[in-house]
Amino acid sequence: MRIGLVCPYTWDVPGGVQEHVRGLADALIDLGHYASVIAPANEDELIEPRYVVPAGRAVPVPYNGSVARLAFGFLSASRVRRWLKEGDFDVVHVHEPTAPSLSLLACWVFDGPLVATVHTAMPRSRVLHVSAPILQSALEKISGRIAVSEAARTTLVEHLGGDAVLIPNGVSVHRFEKADPLPGWPGDGGTLGFLGRIDEPRKGLSVLLEAFTLLAAERPGLRLLVAGPGDADEALEQVPPALRDRVVLLGQVSDEDKVRVYHSVDVFCAPNTGGESFGIVLAEAMAAGAPIVASDLDAFRRVLRAGRAGELFQNGNAADLAAAAARLLDDPVRRATFAEAALVAVRDYDWQVVARDVLRVYQAVAPAAGRVAAAVL
Amino acid sequence: MTAVTSLVVIIVLALIGVYVSWRAGRLDRLHARLEAARFALDAALVRRSSVALELASSGLLDPATSVLLADSAHEARAARAARELPESDLTRALRAVFGQPEFRASLSGMQDAVELLAELEGAAHQVFLARKFYNDAVAATQAARRRWLARALRLAGNAAMPEFFDIDDSLLPAGEEDQEADMPHLTS
Repeated sequence: MRIGLVCPYTWDVPGGVQEHVRGLADALIDLGHYASVIAPANEDELIEPRYVVPAGRAVPVPYNGSVARLAFGFLSASRVRRWLKEGDFDVVHVHEPTAPSLSLLACWVFDGPLVATVHTAMPRSRVLHVSAPILQSALEKISGRIAVSEAARTTLVEHLGGDAVLIPNGVSVHRFEKADPLPGWPGDGGTLGFLGRIDEPRKGLSVLLEAFTLLAAERPGLRLLVAGPGDADEALEQVPPALRDRVVLLGQVSDEDKVRVYHSVDVFCAPNTGGESFGIVLAEAMAAGAPIVASDLDAFRRVLRAGRAGELFQNGNAADLAAAAARLLDDPVRRATFAEAALVAVRDYDWQVVARDVLRVYQAVAPAAGRVAAAVL
Repeated sequence: MTAVTSLVVIIVLALIGVYVSWRAGRLDRLHARLEAARFALDAALVRRSSVALELASSGLLDPATSVLLADSAHEARAARAARELPESDLTRALRAVFGQPEFRASLSGMQDAVELLAELEGAAHQVFLARKFYNDAVAATQAARRRWLARALRLAGNAAMPEFFDIDDSLLPAGEEDQEADMPHLTS
C-alpha cells in the first residue's frame, strides 16, 4: 500500500506525536509498504529519516492555552497539495486532526480514503468547543478514526461526535534494546531512575523523592537519576539538604540520551499516581531491559503481567515503593529475571504488532488497495 | 439606484448559490463515504463467515467446536434481510472458540490451525472496524440530511436515509471491555 502520514508538529522537536508517527512509518516500511511523512521542518537542513518531506518552518502561536509550533496558511496548504499529488497515496493518515496545522489542511485538500488518529485528551476543551463547526466539514471526510487511549476517544466523541477505534501507542523495541550508559552511571552504590515531567503531580516524582529519602538514609552510595522537563529547584526542595547532591536532574534530554538513561539505572521507577492509560515510558524501559518498579495502576498491572515482569507497589505509598526498590537493589538475580520477563512482555506493544492493527484500519477504508495488504496480514 | 440594487441582488443570489452547492457537495461526499463503508462492511462479513466455515471443515478443531462454528457461520451467511442477529451469534461463537481455557497453549505445535485461527481473528477484527466506520458514516450522513437546508432543497435527492448496523462484533471477552485496545491479540 502507498501510505501518506501527516504530522502536525515540528519534526525536530521531541514529542509523543512525532515519535508515534516515526515508529508507525518505520514499521509500515518494514512490513513492505511505501510510507511518506509530511511534517513542519526547515527545508535547508537535512532531515532524518529520508521518508520525511519538509513542509516549511512551523510558527510559534498561542493555541489551547500554551504556545504551539504549527504550520498553516496558503503556503503550507500548497505544500501539502503537492505532496499528495506526488505521493499518489492509497490512504492518507493524519495525526491530531483537530490541531490547526498540516493534518487539518490535509483533510481539507485530500479527496480519498482518510484515516485520523487522535492523541491528546482535552476534557471540556474550549478550543474544540468553539472550533467544532469549522472542523466539522474537514473532519467529516475522515472514514476511519483511531484513538490512542480511552481518554482521547472520550474527548473526540464529546466534542465532535462519532466514534473511534482504540489502538494503543507502539514502542520501537529495537531502538531501546542497546545503548551505552551515561558516563559514570549507574555506579557502585546503586541507582534509581525516573523519566517524565518533574512538575506534573500525576507522574509521581514526589512519591519517588520521598521513597529515595527513606532508602538513602541506609544506603550511602545510592543515587537518583531524573530526566524530564520542569522546575529542578522545586523538586530538590522535597529532599533533605544532605541528600541533594545524590539527586541528579538532567532536565529535558534528547532521544538518544533518553535511551541511555534507561541503560544507566539499576532500577527504573514509574511512580505515576494516575491518568496513564498506557505507560509508554514504562514500555520503553521494558524494551531497554531495565528492572522496573511501578505503581499498581490497572494499566501498569496489565503491561507488567500482574507483577511477573516488574515489581508493583501500592499507588502513592512511598514506604511501599522504597521496600519494592530495595528488594530489587539487593538481588541481582531478581533484577535479571524481571528484565528478561519484561523483554518478552513488551513484544505485544512493539510497533511491528501495533502497525498490523493500523493496517487493518487502512484496509477497512480502502478495501481495493487493501487487498494487497491482506497478503501481509 | 436600481442598477446598484440589482447588482446587490445578483451578488447575494450568487453567494447563496455557492453556499448551497458547497453544502450539496459535502452531502455528496458523505454519501460516497457511506457507500465505500457499506461495501467494506459487506466484504468483511462475507470473509469472516467464509474463514469460519473453512476452519470448521478443516478438521483442525475438535468436532463439537467445529459443529458449533459451522452452524453459526452458515446461519450468518444464509441470512439476507435480518442479518444483525445471526452475525452477532457468529461473534458469540467465535468468542467461545477463542475464549476456551488454555486456548493459546493448546495450539502449540499445530501450525496449520494457528495460521487459520490468526486469519479468522483478523477477519473478525476487520468486521469490527468496518462496522464501526460504517455506523460513523451513517451518523454523519443522517445529521447532515436532517439540517433544514438539506431537507428544504432535497439535497439528498431520492437516496434512502441510511440506517445503523448494530451487531455484537467484539472479540474482547466479557468483562474485559476496559482494556487499552479494542482488538485483542488472541492467536499471536
